[in-house]
Order: sequence, then C-alpha cells, then structure tokens
Amino acid sequence: MIKDQVVIAGIGQTAFGKNLPDTELSLACQAISLALDDAGIDPKEVDGLASSVMELNREVDVARNVGLGEITFFSQISYGGGAACGTLLHAAMAVATGQARVAVAWRARKRSAKTSRPWAQMPERISNHWQWSRPFGLLRPVDEVAMLTRRYMHEYGATRDHLANVALAFRKHANRNPAATMYEKSLTREEYMGARWISEPLCLFDNCLETDGALAVVLVSAERARDLPNPPVFVHAGAQGLPPQHQTMTNYFNDNPLNGPSWTAARQLWRDADFGPNDLDVAQIYDAFSPLIPLSLEGYGICERGEGAEFTNNGALEWPNGRLPTNTSGGSMSEAYVHGFNLILEGVRQLRGTSNSQVEDAETCLVTSGEGVPTSALLLRR
Amino acid sequence: MSLLLPDLESENGAEFWAGTSRGELLIQTCASCDAPRFPPRPMCPQCQSLDFSWRQASGKGKIWSFVVVHAPVLPAYQDLVPYSVIVVELDESPNLRMVGNLLTRGDGPINEIDPNTIVIGESVEVVFKKVEDVALPCWVRSKK
Repeated sequence: MIKDQVVIAGIGQTAFGKNLPDTELSLACQAISLALDDAGIDPKEVDGLASSVMELNREVDVARNVGLGEITFFSQISYGGGAACGTLLHAAMAVATGQARVAVAWRARKRSAKTSRPWAQMPERISNHWQWSRPFGLLRPVDEVAMLTRRYMHEYGATRDHLANVALAFRKHANRNPAATMYEKSLTREEYMGARWISEPLCLFDNCLETDGALAVVLVSAERARDLPNPPVFVHAGAQGLPPQHQTMTNYFNDNPLNGPSWTAARQLWRDADFGPNDLDVAQIYDAFSPLIPLSLEGYGICERGEGAEFTNNGALEWPNGRLPTNTSGGSMSEAYVHGFNLILEGVRQLRGTSNSQVEDAETCLVTSGEGVPTSALLLRR
Repeated sequence: MSLLLPDLESENGAEFWAGTSRGELLIQTCASCDAPRFPPRPMCPQCQSLDFSWRQASGKGKIWSFVVVHAPVLPAYQDLVPYSVIVVELDESPNLRMVGNLLTRGDGPINEIDPNTIVIGESVEVVFKKVEDVALPCWVRSKK
C-alpha cells in the first residue's frame, strides 16, 4: 500500500486563458519549473515523470528544457479526462517503491490547437468502436454524456435545476479565484436556464471551458518532505478504475451504463483509506460536464445511488457552508479545463490552507478524474 | 467533408455491416455458451470462446435514452441540427443496446421527428437507411 508514504511537495501552474502566446512545450516547462521552485528541489534531482497519453510534450523535450537529471521512471496514463489522478498515482507508486526519488506529474494543453480535439479529426470511414455511434450523429463528448444524463434524469428524477446547482456553485468559487478564467463573470440561474442548448438535456453552462494552460506537481517520500519548505500533503490512497464491460464515453453496452468507472475506483480507494466518504472536508470532482458531479458523488459513496442530484440542493457544494464544498477553485467549468489537473492543485491548496475559498481546517480531500471514461482518483490528507 | 460512416471492411464490423446491407440486423452470438454480444468482438467475455455465429435479431426494441444535438457540430452535420440521436434497447436482451436515429420512414432525414415527442420506453422497429454504400440501422415508431 502507498498509504501516506508519498507527499505532494510542490505545485506550479501557468496562467489560464485562450490563445496563450506561449507554446504548449513552453507552458509545460514553466509549470514544472514553478512546481520544483515551490518544492525547493533542484531540477537535476528529478528522476521520475508521469503524464497523460494525450500529453503532446514528450519526456525527452521536457527533460531537455527543464534540465532534469537521469530519469529512471516514466509512465503515461490513457483515457483523456480519466488520467490526471492516475499520473500522480503512478508517480507516487514509483516513489514509494524506490523507482524514483523525485517524481513530476504534469499536464499542459492548448485547446486552441487542433490536435487537442480528437473528435473533430475523425477519418471519414471509421474502423474502431466509434463506428457504433458517430455514423448516427453522436459526435462530441457532450453528446455521449448527454445520452447518459437523459437516462439518469429518467431513472432518478434529476432535473436541470440540479445541474444548475453544480454550474452555479463552481462559478461562485471561480468568482473568488483570480486565476480562474471566469473570475469576473457571474452566472445566475436565469442565465443558466436561458442558455443555448449544446446537446439536450445539456446546455452551454453544463460544459467545461476551453483553456490553454499547464500545471505540475512534485512528489517525494514523506521522509524527504520533512526537509522541504511546504506543509506536507500526503497521498493517502489512489486508485484507477475500469469496470467490466465498460466502453469509454459511449458506455451504453453493459448491464448498467450508469455504474461508471467511479464505482470501481471508489472500492479500491476506500478499501485502503483510514477514513470514509463521510469524513471528507472538501472535494475536487472532475467536471467536464455538470452531470458528472451527481454521478461521481454516487460513485464515490458520498451519497446513495440516485441521490446525487438531490445532494446538490441547498448549496451543498458551495463554500463555505455547504455540506461538501466541491471544486473550490471553480473546476473545469469555471476555472480552467486542463483535463482536471487543476482539481489536483486545488486539493493541495486546501490542505495547505491556501485556497481562495479555504475550508476551515481542511484535513481530507477527494480528487477525482473523469467519470464515464476509465478513470482514477486520489485521497489527499494533511 | 462528408458524413461519418463506418469502414465496411473493419475487422470487427464487416459482417454486421454486410448484414445491414441485406436488410438484416445481425447479433454476434457465442457458439459455445450462446451469449449474444454487441458491439462485435473476437472473444466471448462469458466463456472466452473464439467461435461465434450471427443471428438475425427481431429488430424490435425500446428507446433507452436520447439526445438532441445542437450546434456547433462537424460541418457535414451543421445543416441537420437540431436532430435527435437515440439509444435502443433490443427486445432480445436489455444488455443489447444500439445507437441510432428515430425516423419517420426508412429513407427519412434524421431531423424529421419532433424531439419533444420522443419518450423513453417507446417501442421502435429497425429500418435500414441507405447512405452512400452503407445501410445504417435506424428506427421508426412501432405501429400500435
């Protein structure tokens, strides 16, 4: 078990925005360099790297720019939005087993780059699993998630008001976070209800942002962290999740398509943990689309099956008085969409006590990657 | 750019698409344990057999869910929005679901049905819509 053996010792991020002038490689290197500075660790000490399969910056380029040392561990995690927590899990396992001493996990992305939207570059004749959905005009991730959302609403009585609860909570948090791209843009329930459809039942504000930016974290052993400047944030547990008969995004072909990868990751996560879902002080839950929040709340056992939508009522997700303040930096829907990596950094800030929407005395934080794709999750504690 | 269509020669889909072109909705069925499976694949996840046959489904099912697609979409679909896409649960087994379109007739456009009239659970029957050299399994409402 990796329990509490590894610490997130440094975090770094670039500005978030649209059409940032810097290249994707430059953004990645800046974030990693900032994270190493934050950790008080020399780049030459880095010997482990973990990133997303969708990351366009290769390890060789990152290492040559940032001036990293001899790398003895490098891994990549598949499945887009499901990968971010997995990169930290792999890096933490490398540190815990001695395969690396200082590991860096990062994500850099320019959404303005064509290559960052795989759905828009399909060949005209489809040979892989997309042949079972795209020929019918189910084209974009939002369409695929909307299909599950409609079924979820049908089975459990969820409504657009519940989805609005999610969007509004995260926007309020972004309005307190100067780094968030939606820092100065408020959102009302009326604006949500009047927004244009993207894929019914999902409207514009049920979708994440389009963001350029990069983020990185530095992981070291708990022992090494004692000599470093930041208060330690422990990787208490981590898990990946790929359930039986799952199909990524178009998960319509099994017993219960609404039981997604979160359920699988959750079983492993809580099995290894010293605390349970009711002990969470704060959560950062992957929110490329608003319905992933109720689905993930259920998947990670924060509420019962079918109660996720109802859970969002009465400001439950909102700082400071909600039952479980969630996505306290604004998340993918209102801070930045960098495949959920910003959720990890906000989790670290909460446990350091440095969030713009700081949950008082926060000691435990759940961070998740995408529901609806093979996923991953972390439990952090201080 | 044209509509997205399946590769009729793909290693897992070829026999399915050959079936639709003959007006048959074929479901891959394990030759060892008889379990049906969709989408097609080489190995039976129940018994790991590599042997299978193709059985013609009844072509009847129920709408399991649906979406209504709005802009922005790929250029070839831009003139069709808003249009609906449905998932149909086949009467043979609740685990056999297919993505498709609800049409008024076999050669109808995908945006002819008023999305506000679509109801989860309503009964549908397969039709085969010809697009270029492909026959796409689509659905019409069952006659009451």
